[in-house]
Amino acid sequence: MELTSPRFKANVRDALKKPNLKTAMGRLISTMGPRRLAARAGLPEFERLCDQARDIKNHTLANLDFYLEAYEAKLRASGGTLHWCRTPEEARATILDLCRQADARTVTKGKSMIAEEIGLNEFLEANGIEPVETDLGEYIIQIAGEAPSHIIAPAVHKTKEEIADLFFEKHQRYGLPKRSEPKDLVDDARKILRPRYIAADVGITGANFLIAETGSSVIVTNEGNGDLTQSLPKMHIVVASLEKLVPTLEDVTTILRVLARSATGQEFSTYTTFSTGPRRADDLDGPADYHVILLDNGRSRLLGTEFQDMLRCIRCGACMNNCPVYAAIGGHAYGSTYVGPMGAVLTPSLVGLADSHHLPNASSFCGRCEEVCPMRIPLPKLMRAYREQSFAAKLGPAPERWALAAWAFAAKRPRLYRLVSEAAARLLGNHGARRGAFRRLPLAGGWTGGRDLPAPEGRTFHSLWRERRRAGAA
Amino acid sequence: MSANARDAILAEVRKSLAGRRRANHSTDPSGDAPAARLEGHARNLIPDRTAGGRAANVALFIKMIEGVSGTVERVASASEVPKVVAGYLARHNLPPKLAMAPDSRLTSLPWAAQPLLEIRQGAARESDQVALTGTFAAVAETGTLMMASFADRPNTLNFLPDNHVVVVAVKDLVGTYEDAWDRLRAAGGLPRTTTFITGPSRTSDIELVPTLGAHGPRRLHVILIEDAG
Repeated sequence: MELTSPRFKANVRDALKKPNLKTAMGRLISTMGPRRLAARAGLPEFERLCDQARDIKNHTLANLDFYLEAYEAKLRASGGTLHWCRTPEEARATILDLCRQADARTVTKGKSMIAEEIGLNEFLEANGIEPVETDLGEYIIQIAGEAPSHIIAPAVHKTKEEIADLFFEKHQRYGLPKRSEPKDLVDDARKILRPRYIAADVGITGANFLIAETGSSVIVTNEGNGDLTQSLPKMHIVVASLEKLVPTLEDVTTILRVLARSATGQEFSTYTTFSTGPRRADDLDGPADYHVILLDNGRSRLLGTEFQDMLRCIRCGACMNNCPVYAAIGGHAYGSTYVGPMGAVLTPSLVGLADSHHLPNASSFCGRCEEVCPMRIPLPKLMRAYREQSFAAKLGPAPERWALAAWAFAAKRPRLYRLVSEAAARLLGNHGARRGAFRRLPLAGGWTGGRDLPAPEGRTFHSLWRERRRAGAA
Repeated sequence: MSANARDAILAEVRKSLAGRRRANHSTDPSGDAPAARLEGHARNLIPDRTAGGRAANVALFIKMIEGVSGTVERVASASEVPKVVAGYLARHNLPPKLAMAPDSRLTSLPWAAQPLLEIRQGAARESDQVALTGTFAAVAETGTLMMASFADRPNTLNFLPDNHVVVVAVKDLVGTYEDAWDRLRAAGGLPRTTTFITGPSRTSDIELVPTLGAHGPRRLHVILIEDAG
């Protein structure tokens, strides 16, 4: 996808004008928050499991070189092939090469954020291979020509009416009538995708985890599309990245206990599938070839830095399901593959801060994302670290930097700070006393453009506090 | 490309970790050596909910499956399975045809008593409407079936047909996923595909409305055999 994060502010303005988006995002927040809470309440050990899940990933990352090599040895022993790729370019070229070895004309795809990250679909199409998304949400946005707006619910920004119109437009050629209920739309997609699974030459899936103990890749789905994708074609290609490693089956099991509960509020997702090598000699089905693409794309450089914590992320989406900013603007406004609070941290790590410095600002720092993160990633702290970096690199607009510099100068000099803030409070208090609010204020157009600024009552907190202390002491 | 990339990535990982390793001395916050962790594959925290014993776990297993829109039918012995399968097909107006795993636990059942049933053994085909399989283990914790794709248990049967009927012996019911992993290790390790199935296929991709039958089976029916044999 084209990175539009540099135009974040314009994206937000556009997003706020879309009434359907507001409806869809409102539904997300009011549905997913309670579902997660109910699942959490159903498992008394939930918070302790989250602590263990965090420790497992910390341990894995601290020994990532060991676990990568252990995984590689087991994968090779099971008959699979590992392809190390430093960049999206290397990953795309490797996948194309494999597809050509399989004489592939069409490939089916399970949902994979790494495939989105490397822009796989456009690349395959440009090289004469048709990629067919099989996850319902991914299928919807593929035929709409859009990017995912949520890491686990890619089409969550669309209403069922929009999907019904889209399906009618694209499915008429199959002779399907217009239908509008979710269950009928699901049924239509099922009918259309069935023959595609059977005809595909290669199946490409992502991986939620790679297991060092066994050399297995794991996918977690509800639809069963990923399983059809990886069972029916003669070649299965897994697209994964370095931080998907976990040591043992027991370790992945602990993380699975918190994944579905955090993501969809389910006790367990419908299908959790472990693929270990290609089909065995006497197997009656399964792919003859099994390849794993292992992408770095800047992740190795995050190790050992404060952003290493981000590599614990298991892509559950809880941070965006509970984020007031994401709920207001939707995923597309971020203009990047990864969206919401996790995207606001991961995007600068992957594409650099110069093109994405607005994203760490897309937060009110309310702290919900960190509170609901099952892997205990300190998202606000990491966004703050990027804000500091972008200030130091002079990436924001100059007036904003001057204002911040002036504020910092005063904040470090308490007497000056009190003098200025008391004068400002008095001035604004006097001028605003009649209406109680300002409609317009010099230098504050960004605020008053959308709402009134309440007028201070003429006193600062500091001076009221001093007065109260004096009165209390007397 | 691959050999160069491999060495470059591993070198970058080691370089990035080196600073932290020097600072901490230990490579690892929990103090575990990674090789020993793989060898020992110790269990982490196990939730309490399956600690109530066999009968409680049978009840929990059934409750959890029904909670995710699966159905359960209990029979006293394996010999009743053919009759119960025929009844299931009739109840749902399905043709009397089965795609069955060539699993001796299923093929040895008294199918002759159901002469109208047409049974084909093998991997699934697009035209199959009903699959009949066994299970490697059943997990009470979340009403989950663990399927292992051994030569007599093709994986496509779990996903392609609209209806999936699974025969589960109570003796194969375990409490937790970890118990199931221990059994699979004892049976020689992971096959090509190991799948945990919890209910029929579903999606919430349209307006977050839970909808059954997305791409996998629309129905999941478990026949639970009570006897120990």
